[in-house]
Amino acid sequence: MSNKVIHALYNDDDILMDAVKTVKAADHHIDEVFTPFPVHGLDKAMGLAPTKIAITAFLYGITGLSFAIWMTNYMMIEDWPQDIGGKPNFSWFTNMPAFVPILFELTIFFAAHLMVITFYMRSRIWPFKSAENPDVRTTDDHFLMEISIHDNEKELKSLLKETGAVEIKVIENK
Amino acid sequence: MSSHYEAPIREPLVLGDKSYHDITVDIAKPIEGKANKNWYIAFTISLIAFLWGLGCITFTIGTGIGTWGLNKNIGWAWDITNFVWWVGIGHAGTLISAVLLLFRQRWRMAINRSSEAMTIFAVFQAGLFPIIHMGRPWDAYWVLPIPNQFGSLWVNFNSPLLWDVFAISTYLSVSLVFWWTGLLPDFAMLRDRAIKPFQKKIYALLSFGWSGRAKDWQRFEEVSLVLAGLATPLVLSVHTIVSMDFATSINPGWHSTIFPPYFVAGAIFSGFAMVQTLLGIMRKVTNLENYITRLHVEYMNMVIMLTGGIVAVAYASEFFIAWYTGSPYENFTYMSVGAATGPYGWAFWSLILFNILIPQLLWIRKFRRSFIASFIISIAINIGMWFERFDIIAIVLSKGHLPSTWTRFEPTFVDVGIFIGTIGFFGVLFLLYARTFPVIAQAEVKSIMKVSGENYKKLRDGNHE
Repeated sequence: MSNKVIHALYNDDDILMDAVKTVKAADHHIDEVFTPFPVHGLDKAMGLAPTKIAITAFLYGITGLSFAIWMTNYMMIEDWPQDIGGKPNFSWFTNMPAFVPILFELTIFFAAHLMVITFYMRSRIWPFKSAENPDVRTTDDHFLMEISIHDNEKELKSLLKETGAVEIKVIENK
Repeated sequence: MSSHYEAPIREPLVLGDKSYHDITVDIAKPIEGKANKNWYIAFTISLIAFLWGLGCITFTIGTGIGTWGLNKNIGWAWDITNFVWWVGIGHAGTLISAVLLLFRQRWRMAINRSSEAMTIFAVFQAGLFPIIHMGRPWDAYWVLPIPNQFGSLWVNFNSPLLWDVFAISTYLSVSLVFWWTGLLPDFAMLRDRAIKPFQKKIYALLSFGWSGRAKDWQRFEEVSLVLAGLATPLVLSVHTIVSMDFATSINPGWHSTIFPPYFVAGAIFSGFAMVQTLLGIMRKVTNLENYITRLHVEYMNMVIMLTGGIVAVAYASEFFIAWYTGSPYENFTYMSVGAATGPYGWAFWSLILFNILIPQLLWIRKFRRSFIASFIISIAINIGMWFERFDIIAIVLSKGHLPSTWTRFEPTFVDVGIFIGTIGFFGVLFLLYARTFPVIAQAEVKSIMKVSGENYKKLRDGNHE
């Protein structure tokens, strides 16, 4: 396992995109790219798999809907049925039209919150987490590409220089 | 660079010769600089209003709801008016960030952050009113379906008031996470710029350690899109359910099937008016004239014209139906000859003037693109939308089915004081927000710079000649 990485900084998203494509074409593995804003198409160029987070939202939504059905049925039909405004309370289904707003809101509630929590957990962001971007300029106007070195420092350096990097640094990981 | 193409006839969304770094500096400036005198004056006034409101709330809770101008026929008036008014204002934020995201409207990026902040602060104010009106606010948790010592006696899921509890708390909490998720990269920007250690610590905490990895951004964009898809029906459901508080009752004037779409249009109408009011001031105070431009103002005014038109048609149809039924009861609803000529005629005509007549000025392009005119018209709409709710509630309740129940609602100083207090509270929150939060979604603005920045557009369009 190598413990040396190279950091190449760029100051333009288009130059970065071309650089990512060049580096990929030269068969190097890009460990990470830090950018100040979403650069469209970067994930595809880097070869990242599409995110499945939308699917989790769908599943969470179904969970919320099921919970709402269970809750309205248990509270309004089974546990303590009441005659409210003559609305039928013999079965959940006959009383269901009055529950539609609740079913809808809980579906959204579960889908939205659990999806966001999933996002935070998967991307490892939460309160008191310390930032991991190696250079503070990557939240301003710089783009940083991180590649690990496997006895090819010179070759990488010259390749990155050609792609238009404004700064190239070699970092020793301890 | 063909992916950055935008038609040359479209006006640029970001003016001036801006680089990515310039955007960072511009957005961070109001936070890193010192507040000026105007800010302190505005803050002091808001704080005094807030404290006055707190005093009135304390008086209400200590003495009872009898301190309000309610009576046995008008069981709710000023409080529910304010509640609906604030919830309505709270509609533009999520509409701008969610619906406009789905429609790929890039102009939303300059205004979404602040209007979402407005949404959240406005919903806070709205939520206060039902809780105060309970009389025993410490029992407010009874609206939640939690097991209790009465048997368990559950909440009533058949009631629109309970639907409201679910709709508004879902709306508030989802808006909050939507807002905060969008804030993470911008807090990270402030964190990485901060020089003072305390400031750095605070923004490091607020940014949740956002690092801006490619994978994070991929998820971030997917989450934003899905949240927008979830928030769009949510925002429409909230005011639909608020309207059902009235529409499911059997009062003439309230029992109306057009209430849900009409209330939603009214909410967007008033929400955009409030955004116009707030941003009209903020763009000047925080020197963000290059980001919140005439074009943004014009687009917002177009939404105001559309939703204002829907509202006007709804009034017209309510008025027509009230007359067409020939029912004497319908002649005393808020949209009827009886209302126009009755003791609340001044409120009826205020509504017509502020909500229908004055906004028609926006058909004139000069007004639509004028900051001053938009500001004044937006204030008129804010007032008009308050009268709409007041008319719907107070006028309808003041004329019951039996003439012996006819009565009037007169607000007491406590009613007025609590309303002023919520405006003050809103002002306090918004002013603090404007000093400490990135008021424009700078990461998103950077991503459209090459598409719609004035300097890039000039460069690109110049090539054709």
